[in-house]
Amino acid sequence: MEDNIIKVTVIDREGVAHELEAPTDMSMNMMEVCKSYELPVEGTCGGMAMCASCHMYIESDNELPEKSDEEEDMLDEAFFVDDEKSRLGCQLHIAPELDNLVVKLAPVGE
Amino acid sequence: MIQTDILIIGAGPTGLFTVFEAGLLKLKCHLIDSLPQAGGQCSEIYPKKPIYDIPAYPEILAGDLTDRLMDQIEPFKPGFTLGESAETIEKQEDGSFIVTTNRGTKHQAPIIAIAGGLGVFEPRKPPVENLSNFEDNGVEYIIKDPEFYRGKDVVISGGGDSALDWAYFLANGVANKVSLVHRRNSFRGHLDSVQKVMDMADDGKLNLITEAEVIGVSGNGALNEVLIKHKTQGEIKMPTNHWVPLFGLSPKLGPIANWGLNISKNSIEVDTFDYSTNVDGIYAIGDVNTYPGKLKLILCGFHEATLMVQSAFAKIHPDKKNVLKYTTVNGVNGF
Repeated sequence: MEDNIIKVTVIDREGVAHELEAPTDMSMNMMEVCKSYELPVEGTCGGMAMCASCHMYIESDNELPEKSDEEEDMLDEAFFVDDEKSRLGCQLHIAPELDNLVVKLAPVGE
Repeated sequence: MIQTDILIIGAGPTGLFTVFEAGLLKLKCHLIDSLPQAGGQCSEIYPKKPIYDIPAYPEILAGDLTDRLMDQIEPFKPGFTLGESAETIEKQEDGSFIVTTNRGTKHQAPIIAIAGGLGVFEPRKPPVENLSNFEDNGVEYIIKDPEFYRGKDVVISGGGDSALDWAYFLANGVANKVSLVHRRNSFRGHLDSVQKVMDMADDGKLNLITEAEVIGVSGNGALNEVLIKHKTQGEIKMPTNHWVPLFGLSPKLGPIANWGLNISKNSIEVDTFDYSTNVDGIYAIGDVNTYPGKLKLILCGFHEATLMVQSAFAKIHPDKKNVLKYTTVNGVNGF
């Protein structure tokens, strides 16, 4: 990690891995990083953990912050949830501990 | 047929403020919205969330913003068609448009302002195979009339307020048997809603199945069984004629996508001179549009609405001169 930039890998729904750079000093989250690279993440509610359209699976073993009640509740209402791996991208704030994170975008329902 | 000067599609903040700016130019407005109330995302998704970037309001709740906009446009007596979504548009010989909703309500106007935000809010459908075969044949995403379930067996899925409230209501002497299926042990709904449902389950009046989800539907034409996957008990077959999955709403651009407008990335392309689309007489403002440098902010929607009605005025009254009037000079004169 250098100059407040971390590297993350996002695997899209076609299985293609995108290696992205994300700044740790712009108060961004994973949903926003995906959007800024024009990956297909809706982020409908804008990052309030109120829609689950940024649902993604954690594929690396980074130590992540615990889910808030809001995130747990929203994941409850989401589809294709994997209890071990599912997170909302908007709740994953870009920080040094996310360096080398690998995530996979969850499928979108109808 | 409802007739107006500017037909606004979408009653979110941008659509509502359009009424004000149009009203200053003596143009009448009518709004169509698929939700049963005005306010768009502000009232549907986050009414209790504070917004911090509305000029002169250091902090305002989204629901309060909606209420204030409704107060502000009241003098101009806008019309509303709520709970219906704009479906088709037909250009008339005189240049006006007729917009028809999914329920057949017709509206005629020379100017259409699409302020549709993210689109029409539709129920989120769980990914269950063959689900569409049973829609309106035992699978209902919205409870329109609770009486429909009188004396019947119903399975409800979801953990939010609507799932809890309907489970409680139907189990209270309406349906014959109500089962509530939820993925976790805890619920997202209000504490008292949760408590009421828990109490009913304890009394044996409601069949509460937690740590479980419905994964299959079957029946011959109409639904007669759902398959429930329980975390520890495995698969459970439950006979029922009705399954009501209540997983909230999500927005889709919807039929507007087929109106012949230039669309890129799910948004309508506009000219930033007046927010006109490629179809003469149709404008797009707020989150629904896109242009170089677009920001999806409420305050940008207000700006776009203001410029757009100037252009609409020139189109409706090609011979009339119009000068910008400040509201501080003459106040707001309603209709």
